[in-house]
Amino acid sequence: MTATIESPRSGRIAPQYRRSGGSRGNFEMIAWLFMRLSGVVLVVLIFGHLFVNLMVGEGIHAIDFGFVAGKWADPFWQFWDLAMLWLAMLHGTNGVRTIINDYAEKTSTRRWLKTVLYAAAVVIILLGTLVIFTFNPCPVVNGVALPGGFCPA
Amino acid sequence: MPTKPAGTLYRGREGMWSWVGHRITGVVIFFFLLVHVLDTSLVRVSPEAYTAVIGAYKNPLMALGETGLVAAIVFHAFNGLRIIAVDFWKKGAKYQRQMLWAVLALWVVTMLAFSIRHLSLSLGGH
Repeated sequence: MTATIESPRSGRIAPQYRRSGGSRGNFEMIAWLFMRLSGVVLVVLIFGHLFVNLMVGEGIHAIDFGFVAGKWADPFWQFWDLAMLWLAMLHGTNGVRTIINDYAEKTSTRRWLKTVLYAAAVVIILLGTLVIFTFNPCPVVNGVALPGGFCPA
Repeated sequence: MPTKPAGTLYRGREGMWSWVGHRITGVVIFFFLLVHVLDTSLVRVSPEAYTAVIGAYKNPLMALGETGLVAAIVFHAFNGLRIIAVDFWKKGAKYQRQMLWAVLALWVVTMLAFSIRHLSLSLGGH
């Protein structure tokens, strides 16, 4: 007489103990991976941002409207800042989401804090994106064109 | 000879404190980021509005604040790379403690260089 012994647990895990395939899918794993991937890219983007804006030339004293206009007249810096905005905001929002989940014990408190967090994140990401793409580096103020080497005469 | 209980508060060593530091610096950076996107957005309002608000970053007190912010960013960046090494490098967990000391050493060197340059630019002259 032979008896077949099933492989332990394989395919027989009760649904409530499964780590994937639940209602949230593998969102948490994707979020975990995103933190690491975006983190590496952000180190490069932010260190570059700080170096170019604060360490070169006159440093912080050089920063004014013309400085920003000069950078965003170049698609390279537009893309750099756009990538930095999106990655940093998503990275930071996910980090704060984790902290809320850790410390807010009441379900309703967690839900409220995360609603505020997501609303703030959406507003900031959209605002920043809009500013980068609709920005005019050569505005005319009171009928006078602002001088800038990158502006058409 | 029984010794007195040391108390029940968990005081993990390098691992826990680096985790605490990573959280605190992360939150600080996040709130600055919100403000920083808002102040930069003023370029869309008017050149005067932007230049006026950015002028607030150019006083000696703010220079110290900026140095503190960069200190938080540099720690978060280097410790973040350490976390990635712990997660993905075969020997990462074994050497996590040594890697934290490497993070702190790199942090000190980077911050010395940054502070000297940034503070001499923002406090000196002008």
